[in-house]
Amino acid sequence: MIENKKVHKFGMVIDVDKCTGCGACMVSCMSENNVPFKEDESNKKDSITWMRVYKLTNGKSFPETEIAYLPRPCQHCGGIGDHGHSPCVSVCPATATDYGYDTGIVSQIYTRCFGCRYCMGACPYHARYFNWWDPKWPEGMENYLSPNVSPRMRGVVEKCSFCYHRYQLAREKAMIEHREIEEMEYQTACTTACPAGAIVFGDLNNPAHKVHQIVKPDPHPDPMNHKVVGKSRNPNVFRLLERLGTNPKVYYMSEREWVRKAGDNYLKGEWENVKTHHGASSSHG
Amino acid sequence: MDDALIPEGAKRCAFPIFLIGIIIVGAVLLWGVYAMFLCWFKGLNQTNMNDYYGFALWIWADLAVIAVGGGAFFTGLLKYIFKVDELKNIINFAVIIGFICYSSALLILAIDIGQPLRGWFIFWHANVHSMLTEVAFCLSCYFAVLTIEFIPNILENRQANKVPFFHHLAHNMHEVMAVFAATGAFLSFFHQGSLGGVAGVMFGRPFAYREGLLIWPWTFFLFTWSAAAFGPCFTLLVTKITEIITGKKLVGDKTVNLLAKISGWMITTYIIAKIIDTIYWAYVTAPSMGFKLSHFYSDNGFYGYWILITEVILCGVVPGLLLIIKSTRENPTTRTIAIILGVIGVCLNRWVMVLQIMAVPVMSFDTWALYIPSWQEVATTILPVAYGIILIAVAYRYLPVFPQELELNKSADAAAQNG
Repeated sequence: MIENKKVHKFGMVIDVDKCTGCGACMVSCMSENNVPFKEDESNKKDSITWMRVYKLTNGKSFPETEIAYLPRPCQHCGGIGDHGHSPCVSVCPATATDYGYDTGIVSQIYTRCFGCRYCMGACPYHARYFNWWDPKWPEGMENYLSPNVSPRMRGVVEKCSFCYHRYQLAREKAMIEHREIEEMEYQTACTTACPAGAIVFGDLNNPAHKVHQIVKPDPHPDPMNHKVVGKSRNPNVFRLLERLGTNPKVYYMSEREWVRKAGDNYLKGEWENVKTHHGASSSHG
Repeated sequence: MDDALIPEGAKRCAFPIFLIGIIIVGAVLLWGVYAMFLCWFKGLNQTNMNDYYGFALWIWADLAVIAVGGGAFFTGLLKYIFKVDELKNIINFAVIIGFICYSSALLILAIDIGQPLRGWFIFWHANVHSMLTEVAFCLSCYFAVLTIEFIPNILENRQANKVPFFHHLAHNMHEVMAVFAATGAFLSFFHQGSLGGVAGVMFGRPFAYREGLLIWPWTFFLFTWSAAAFGPCFTLLVTKITEIITGKKLVGDKTVNLLAKISGWMITTYIIAKIIDTIYWAYVTAPSMGFKLSHFYSDNGFYGYWILITEVILCGVVPGLLLIIKSTRENPTTRTIAIILGVIGVCLNRWVMVLQIMAVPVMSFDTWALYIPSWQEVATTILPVAYGIILIAVAYRYLPVFPQELELNKSADAAAQNG
């Protein structure tokens, strides 16, 4: 169960080996969160995709070619040392994006954002999107919009919220019924839509949650890089750009070494030294 | 026609010629204004910015005009605080250039934000951790200081100065200008610095990120230093251009050489610091994040090592040396080459610290993103240039901007009268 009185740290682990690249997570995310779309979506650099699936290859020619699909929501970074100073939160001049110390979720306050886009520049994951146009839907489709999520106006930045409205609904229901919310009561739209079950979502602070059991996050700073906290002790689990000290709450899992290596940048020879290093309690080397 | 407004004894072109010039530049200005309204009413979809290039041409222009406008605060600091009296011959013009640069910067920011009517949120909901908050506060305050510094010069207009109140106000404002110069220098130190900090604190962007002192990344100090170093170059460059257009000598060689010498030493010391910063970043900071220097300068169609060499060597070391060596500094040709290179250098630095940051891929499976601005972006970027030309033209025509003008052109004017 999710314990209301304790500090949560919601996060997810995505099994890249299970992901087929079907895009159901992207569709469900857009539908759930009233994400508008353009008539012509061919230019992906100004399309809004809170959840975006990247296609990775191992760079080898046939028959050794391998492909992996990597879904990328907002990473809900905890920032250097996991103190809540995410790359985007710390730079927003109008406090329009904030770090929830009770949930670990990075929020976006659309009515306060004035569209300076500094947060977009600061995010290395390209997880933040600007509303270049007024939000529009084909006639009749407005009826399908979710009443729980406010559509965003032109000129503001938006991003994945880990379906925060679902957390609010689950929390309120549990509160009225004088109980704590269950693990499965708060799940993001992408998690529930994934037909392969590649996404697992829950409280990284709760050892009873599946996400915690898979990730086994190390609560101590990484002895090899003190900016990093919450490194996975599972040898197959990694985070994107972990070395930067962004401390994301989205973890990835793969049995394939090249996929794990693609998660970060390494100088020549570095990977061999770090690939078996998994947190403070693991062996180095 | 407007003789009564022209400073006493000064020679100006005929009013119709002046008007034609203003109309031509005004047409360019109107083109920019049209593009500005398109952006305000139709939104930033009028630009070619995208989610990779959230910061683009405008932010570069913003940073560049603020950097080159640094001549105002630095010359003011030298004149009023360090009592370098010789600079009284160029301080008015430095202030006008600074006023143009900073008003342009504020205008660009007003166009650049997605929700212009919410621009005040940056003050109301200020996040004290954000470098941009510091920029907004100091920039606005410093613009107010520049306006105060500009007012006495306006009040010295021949007709305005006939009003006793304006005459005394201008005189008294001159008397207390040291206070504003000190305030301006203080504010400029922080907003120039925090503009550097905007890039330097982005720890998710290894190309931009720098370590530093306490909360300030090294780019904080480098930006302030470079603005103080290259700002006077821009003041001298605009003075030179004004002299060419008006066909008159407006600032004496002694003043020009003094400012060029100070600028030269500032550039030289800055570029040494910049080289040290670059080496440390290339060999320590970036590798600690998994990046080799070559990552930032290869595998793309534009950003090669040429940009680093051009910025640091050709437009940094070279103008620095040309301006500190007496013979090249006092030679008008090499001095002009040096100040042009210096202005290009600081603008290139701001370009790199805005656009190259956005272009470099960070995730291993991401790709370089290049961008070409739309005509609306170009027009709104040219808009401040047209505005600046008009303001300088009007100020030169009606205000006693250059104290040495009559003295330096006495013989030429006499020859013209006799001839």
